[in-house]
Amino acid sequence: MSEGMLKNGISAGRLEPGQYARNFSDLHPPLDKHEAFVEADRCYFCFDAPCMNACPTSIDIPLFIREISTDNPLGAAETIFEQNILGGMCARVCPTEQLCEEACVREEAEGKPVKIGQLQRYATDIAMEENAQFFTRAPSSGKTVAVVGAGPAGLAAAHRLSMHGHDVVIYDARPKAGGLNEYGIASYKTPDGFAQAEVDYVTAIGGIEISLGQRLGGDLTLDGLMGTHDAVFLGIGLGGVNALRAEGEQTAGDGLTDAVDFIAELRQSDDLSKLPVGRRVVVIGGGMTAIDAAVQSKLLGAEDVTICYRRGQENMNASGFEQELAAAKGVTIRHWLQPKRVLSENGKVTGIELEYTQLKDGRLVGMGHTLTLPADQVFKAIGQTLDDETAAGLELRGGRIAVDDEGRTSRPGIWAGGDCIDKGDDLTVTAVAQGRDAAESIHRYLSGN
Amino acid sequence: MADIRNNFVGIKSPNPFWLASAPPTDKAYNVERAFKAGWGGVVWKTLGEEGPPVVNVNGPRYGAIWGADRRLLGLNNIELITDRQLQLNLQEIKQVKKNWPDRALVVSIMVPCDEESWKAILPLVEETEADGIELNFGCPHGMSERGMGSAVGQVPEYVEMVVRWCKQYSRMPVITKLTPNISDIRKPARAAKNGGTDAVSLINTINSITAVNLDTFSPEPSIDGRGSHGGYCGPAVKPIALSMVSEIARDPETLGLPISGIGGVTTWRDAAEFLALGAGNVQVCTAAMTYGFKIVEEMISGLSNWMDEKGHASLDDFTGRAVRNVTDWQFLNLNYITKARINQDLCIKCGRCHIACEDTSHQAISKTKDGKRHFEVLEDECVGCNLCVNVCPVEDCIEMIALEPGMLDQRTKKVVEPTYANWTTHPNNPMRKDPAVEPAE
Repeated sequence: MSEGMLKNGISAGRLEPGQYARNFSDLHPPLDKHEAFVEADRCYFCFDAPCMNACPTSIDIPLFIREISTDNPLGAAETIFEQNILGGMCARVCPTEQLCEEACVREEAEGKPVKIGQLQRYATDIAMEENAQFFTRAPSSGKTVAVVGAGPAGLAAAHRLSMHGHDVVIYDARPKAGGLNEYGIASYKTPDGFAQAEVDYVTAIGGIEISLGQRLGGDLTLDGLMGTHDAVFLGIGLGGVNALRAEGEQTAGDGLTDAVDFIAELRQSDDLSKLPVGRRVVVIGGGMTAIDAAVQSKLLGAEDVTICYRRGQENMNASGFEQELAAAKGVTIRHWLQPKRVLSENGKVTGIELEYTQLKDGRLVGMGHTLTLPADQVFKAIGQTLDDETAAGLELRGGRIAVDDEGRTSRPGIWAGGDCIDKGDDLTVTAVAQGRDAAESIHRYLSGN
Repeated sequence: MADIRNNFVGIKSPNPFWLASAPPTDKAYNVERAFKAGWGGVVWKTLGEEGPPVVNVNGPRYGAIWGADRRLLGLNNIELITDRQLQLNLQEIKQVKKNWPDRALVVSIMVPCDEESWKAILPLVEETEADGIELNFGCPHGMSERGMGSAVGQVPEYVEMVVRWCKQYSRMPVITKLTPNISDIRKPARAAKNGGTDAVSLINTINSITAVNLDTFSPEPSIDGRGSHGGYCGPAVKPIALSMVSEIARDPETLGLPISGIGGVTTWRDAAEFLALGAGNVQVCTAAMTYGFKIVEEMISGLSNWMDEKGHASLDDFTGRAVRNVTDWQFLNLNYITKARINQDLCIKCGRCHIACEDTSHQAISKTKDGKRHFEVLEDECVGCNLCVNVCPVEDCIEMIALEPGMLDQRTKKVVEPTYANWTTHPNNPMRKDPAVEPAE
């Protein structure tokens, strides 16, 4: 055990220097060629394959796996990218066990689905390493489209729009493109600068300009964009974080942190040994963000990490695989606990008081009994919200931008997709599908069809 | 406990599993290891005539095809007969036989197709006190270009002639090994019998090119950019071998001629199938070359347990039992009507049965029920072809159910007849024989 792990409070350098690289290496090492062949051979090449129907981007999975099995990885990659130009990232971060792999007939047959995500990564890695480009731009339409947000939805939309001959400018508030792929996903899921490599791969089609440091609601306005572009696509994600609504939240001081900020900081850190983390960490929430923050806290050397979720395990948004991963890394997951009070002394968090909960007549209610967990650091991971000013003037539904089936907002000429809209799961793959489909709709609009 | 001792043309071995004449039986070292592992007998790799031995290529001798996880399904080789000195082989044969008196030791021979050559080598082999000889009329590569191997096996007159010399100049049992590279396997078998052979063994390997290298355009295995057809063997050839064994077993002209079955034998089950089709024992090569000699333990145990389970006390109890059931197409019962049935509890809904039937056969499997993914056989379209059974990845999920006499065939709307009726009397057959006017025998 490293000395650093025993440092009280929030501290950097909890681990031996060499341990960081080991902890944050690739979660799933890529399949080598033989492993890919063996795995590909398990695919039954189903008729009207259930996996394909379960994929939000409808990748022709049996076909790409068959292409892998015949040593045609570039053909496989093309099959993937035709439907999902971010197939490389999705291969890493998709909750496949809830999507394609859950639908795989081998899951029903023997509880061991074909490793579709791993195979997708095998093919897309080869294509991206070779920078094999499968798409070319149609002759210029003379139209320009503004894409706001360089995350999965925006990139997918930009690529498809460029393919159709439109010029695209992507605006993003952050210093790097990639959105949540760059700032919001645990490091071990996408190490080695993959998110940036993917941005380069997607934009290599040409006709896509990326303008960074441009925040919608600041210098950038919808009216302004509408004046300079023929159409606008918003893939702005969710910029706000929900409050805990617990006593002491405002005065907690150091140690009460948004999980998304922690994850972003970690992703951008070039020396993890300098990144501080609490000795005792509590994460409030039940989704992927909670898991990512908890697991990475543990990997940074936190001694004790607990996730507290206000409902039961069956309600957690984090997939079963993610929950098991957290448990395997030593994270404790506790259910039926909601935050009541953040405890602090001298401007530093010392713990959190939680109230037990239960369902009564279908409603979640506090039971009055409480539990106090000592903590140096408390992460809020209870969901994100749309930053209101970014979508000024657009109709909202359930706190998100309302769109129709084609991704059209209430304002003509403006489309939206990804986490910021009121449709679909908050997944990378869903965002890609929405960006792509909105681009098709924009193309029809710009072509006068 | 079943008795699996084998007596093949008077050659006794503790089990019916022999190693075929091939690389695993080229020298005492390998054969001793095989006997230690439990093999019942070996056919020593083919000896050639006295003099400088043949030479082999110095590049790859083998090519292969593979199934899932690189499981070897078919192997081909361009290795020639033994490339060791004749005298060395003979000395080793004599010593090994002395060391292992209870095992079968047969010597494979291939010399030029003239009487003097055969007359010269036979006494040398006989002197080793080996149990018998096998005449290599099968190898399709290399030696056939020099008028030996399959070049002899493909000409029934030569087969008969050489067998006759061997019987004339030797008192050893003669096993004639046949090449499958011929259109009717019964012809050389009949010739061997006419020459007086004690048995035939088959099949030798099949002419083959396993693959073409698409970078160099060389056939595989590639020798400096070129390739030559090799002899194909392994699990992939078993169906061909079974058919050829059965043809000889049921041919009235070779009825009762002992057969040593060869071709893709990999497990006890393969061996039992060869025996059921009339083989007196089996010879194995590729399986040993893939997994080593230890596989014979599984073969012995598996065969014994199956015999115990079925109540077969000795090999004779089931040898040849399937021969009578091999018939010509024209004698198959056309009143036997089957329909596929999908067990919905076992079905994993891959839909392969549906798409195979829909695209390539009879449109007899539906794909949805009440709007849900569901695969079911349409009895009014099903011709009972068995394709769905064969493409289904789940064993026993789809079964062929025979309709009982009196039931209605939904496809033809005809009642199933209880009688046997075949093509020879079918009204659609222009050559049909009317049983009523056929003269009584």
